[in-house]
Amino acid sequence: MSGLAREDPDRLFVVTAGRADAAGPVLDLVSLIVGGVDAPPGTPSEHARILRLCRYHPSSVAELSAHLRTPVSVLKVLLRDLARTGLVAVRAPESARAPDRLPDLETLRQVLVGLHEL
Amino acid sequence: MDSTNSDGVPLRATARDAFKIVIVGGFGVGKTTMVGSVSEIRPLSTEEIMTRAGVGIDDPTAVADKNTTTVAFDFGRITLDAERVLYLFGAPGQQRFWFLWDQLFGGSLGAVVLVDVRRLAESFYAIDRLEHHGMPFIVAVNRFDGPRPPLDRVRAALDLQPRVPLIECDARERDSCKTVLIDLVEHLASLHAPETTP
Repeated sequence: MSGLAREDPDRLFVVTAGRADAAGPVLDLVSLIVGGVDAPPGTPSEHARILRLCRYHPSSVAELSAHLRTPVSVLKVLLRDLARTGLVAVRAPESARAPDRLPDLETLRQVLVGLHEL
Repeated sequence: MDSTNSDGVPLRATARDAFKIVIVGGFGVGKTTMVGSVSEIRPLSTEEIMTRAGVGIDDPTAVADKNTTTVAFDFGRITLDAERVLYLFGAPGQQRFWFLWDQLFGGSLGAVVLVDVRRLAESFYAIDRLEHHGMPFIVAVNRFDGPRPPLDRVRAALDLQPRVPLIECDARERDSCKTVLIDLVEHLASLHAPETTP
């Protein structure tokens, strides 16, 4: 049951190789991560666990963070590693509200339709 | 715990556009109850690291100096249609959390401030911060046993702008929580209309 968040802080430093950030896609809390491949031999265990979780269906950054018990910013470093090597694809939240702007009306209408059908 | 299937419905393969709505409130006000009432998955919990100064917050290496703390938040999910999915995040209202707001909840459609009328003062700060961040919101009073002051008194006590909707809800009831979300989205749509001068 121990996740990265419960481990020694130095462990977080190790799994991210001490990187504050990694080149790769911008990731939001609700970016959807799409896997579909098995972890190649030699894949670090933290990365392999991510690949297992999004092997058969997309998973949001938030859900992966919860399931792996890994803080969001640490998880993002690992996800950028996987995205750079093409092992996962990222579906960014297309209709996210831009700063200082309202969500567009068409988006709101679609959300309303979905909520009414709950 | 390595399988998302263990927590119910996996996300559809066609899902490609995700939205966020944030439910902000003090400890014990019913945020996670509300998330659980409408979520298709059992609420999950995750956390983010922040330094005590609230700077360098996207810097996981900061943990190496152990001068950090974490903020936990619960969330759930609602599939809207084949492509769209809505995530509901319960967010603590306390001061240290707001350093993380833009990083975690920038781009959210809007927010619900969940209020316990017995502890109204806990909502002042959250309302002030939401206004500061330019995040549209509504206020929902969670019904608890005990005094139920009229909403116009709650509105006055919170010093809410007339245009901000104030409603009552029962965070334990799915239909009530659904109504809260619908009211928020309808409020967001109404903000597109030019403000009418009284």
